[in-house]
Amino acid sequence: MKKLKYCLSGLALSVAASVSQAAEVEVLHYLTSSGEAAAINVLKEYLSESGHAWKDFAVAGGGGESAMTVLKSRAISGNPPAAAQIKGLDIQEWGDLGFLTDLDDVAMAGKWDSLLPPVVSKVMKYDGKYVAVPVNVHRVNWLWANPEPFRKAGLGIPTTWEQFLEVAPKLKEAGVIPLAHGGQAWQDATLFEAVALGVGGPEFYTKAFVDHDEATLKGAEMINVFKTFKKLRDFIDPNASGRDWNIATSMVINGEAAMQIMGDWAKGEFTAAGKKPGVDYVCLAAPDTSGTFTFNIDSFAMFALSDDEASKAQDKLAELVMDPAFQETFNLNKGSIPARMGMNRAPFDSCALASMDAFEASSASGTLVPSVAHGLATTSQVQGAIYDVVTNFFNSDTSAEDAVETLARSVKAAQL
Amino acid sequence: MQNQTPVLPNGKAQRIRSVSFKDRFASWLPKLVMTPTLLMVMVCMYGYIIWTALLSLTSSRMLPVWKFIGTGQYGKLFANDRWMVSLENLVVFGALFILTCLALGIVLAIFLDQKIRAEGALRTIYLYPMAISFIVTGTAWKWLLNPSLGLEKMFHSWGFENVQFDWLVDPDRVVFCLVIAAVWQSSGFVMAMFLAGLRGVDQDMIKAAQLDGASMPLIYRRVILPSLKPVFFSAFVILAHIAIKSFDLVAALTGGGPGYSSDLPANFMYTHAFTRAQMGLGAASAMVMLGGVLAILVPYLYSELRGKKNA
Repeated sequence: MKKLKYCLSGLALSVAASVSQAAEVEVLHYLTSSGEAAAINVLKEYLSESGHAWKDFAVAGGGGESAMTVLKSRAISGNPPAAAQIKGLDIQEWGDLGFLTDLDDVAMAGKWDSLLPPVVSKVMKYDGKYVAVPVNVHRVNWLWANPEPFRKAGLGIPTTWEQFLEVAPKLKEAGVIPLAHGGQAWQDATLFEAVALGVGGPEFYTKAFVDHDEATLKGAEMINVFKTFKKLRDFIDPNASGRDWNIATSMVINGEAAMQIMGDWAKGEFTAAGKKPGVDYVCLAAPDTSGTFTFNIDSFAMFALSDDEASKAQDKLAELVMDPAFQETFNLNKGSIPARMGMNRAPFDSCALASMDAFEASSASGTLVPSVAHGLATTSQVQGAIYDVVTNFFNSDTSAEDAVETLARSVKAAQL
Repeated sequence: MQNQTPVLPNGKAQRIRSVSFKDRFASWLPKLVMTPTLLMVMVCMYGYIIWTALLSLTSSRMLPVWKFIGTGQYGKLFANDRWMVSLENLVVFGALFILTCLALGIVLAIFLDQKIRAEGALRTIYLYPMAISFIVTGTAWKWLLNPSLGLEKMFHSWGFENVQFDWLVDPDRVVFCLVIAAVWQSSGFVMAMFLAGLRGVDQDMIKAAQLDGASMPLIYRRVILPSLKPVFFSAFVILAHIAIKSFDLVAALTGGGPGYSSDLPANFMYTHAFTRAQMGLGAASAMVMLGGVLAILVPYLYSELRGKKNA
């Protein structure tokens, strides 16, 4: 009995000692699918090796909507986590509310300015100071194709929308669903932004969705975009309504459908099914967008903490996220490419390498554009307004002319 | 109450004092017991109603901000196509849901009331869907109504190739799918209410009518149903508020789709207040919903209270 007591008190002491040395970093994230969980586990291990504790705060739900709801309630109650997975312009919103802490010391020491492409670092900064740290860059404008149906029908995989509209009816005749799609607002928007970028080009895209120029939003080019977008409706099976994106991807994997337009997270599904890029499936830029790159960056924003020890642990976390070893393992698991430059390219597959090349090329030529569907181009209010117009147009008989008028009106209303 | 009176050993004076204490305690006890509940209701319901009302007059986005902008959010709300669609859906869904539930409930109750065999078992079967959450109902009906998985596929594989039942993916008809699932869930409950009402009808009145030579349908129409008026009212109020607060059914069955063609006001409110960082707009839509509930409840309460006074 006495022995047990000694043991227990010894244990308690050692626990107390370890707590006093290392602070805990609570991280709110929604990286809960199997590939993502494996990816985030790497960070957990690195952090505990550095002597700090990781307190996991995972809220499931792909788009992070539930996670954001939880984060808001925690922030209002004055008890935000140390770090949270926030991306795009939401970082600016949190910055405006005064919740974020500045990471310039870590950034300076780690030379982030020279490691991150300016497009990425701009998203991570609030008021000129780093408040968030990027984990990856996703390319959204990908076309995933199963070459089998094309081979059978004697067709080529389309690289322009013109070709797409030629090939798709033939695939349909051959009994294959030309385009796998899920009828959810964000997927409709993902498809829409690919069409907008392909048909209108990057300049038009930026003017409409980043600057919200009213004339562009209801101009002739936008009507054109909507008309092309509506044509795709015929090449989607009628039961797409409400389908999840990964179910749509599996339709391409098993040859039920020929193509899908989806970000590079779809690659994880192909990999999990044991398929090889270039052999069992083909990754191409979405039609007419080969020189461009629609980016979606996942990042962790750091919240201001009162405890000094905890702040130190938080800085350590930021430092580790930028570590090449973490960026490599994380992105191999998630299907995206590292956010920082100067990485070893050897472990990545052909699709990821193509993505890296396109990222660098488009970054140099100014054709790198933020994704509307994933909250990088605009605030959640405007994004929501665009979602509503796009998804309603795609699922009703509204004319393209009416749709662009509504688009211009709702975008304006959402900015107020 | 008995347990709480202190046990007194002896002495008359003490006893008198203790009785008065006991009396005072007894008169205070109900108030004491009610206070926590009352406080909770005042703060958590009425307090937050006022808070939401104030919030709907501000320009709040992601978090509450107390910058008042008047009724701007309401103007924005009624200029929003999605909100108008959700209101329209609520009218169609509410009307069809309430009417079908009432009709089915009465018919089932009358049939069950014919002193049939195994009534208990049948009653349980009809009532059982009520025990399931709308999320489960929605998911199950999503599979049943999905053209490539459920009923349509079943008929096709039985050889009826012409059967078409694709309401779930048809933006113009998807609301009817909501009605089907909601009616399936709630009509058994309405049946139970009417069954209880039928059992309470005075048997002598029915016998008297029978002696006068009235037929059974006539007795139901002229004697029994009119005496069930209070049940009608209660069922209506319960169904109306189920309809207005419907959120989970839409979330599980259609996700608001295709597009936003099956959105209901509650879904609109959730999306805007919590995921789209438009708290002011969300609060405004919540207030409009509250207005809808009050429009039904106030006349009902009024007639109830007046009825009691007269009686």
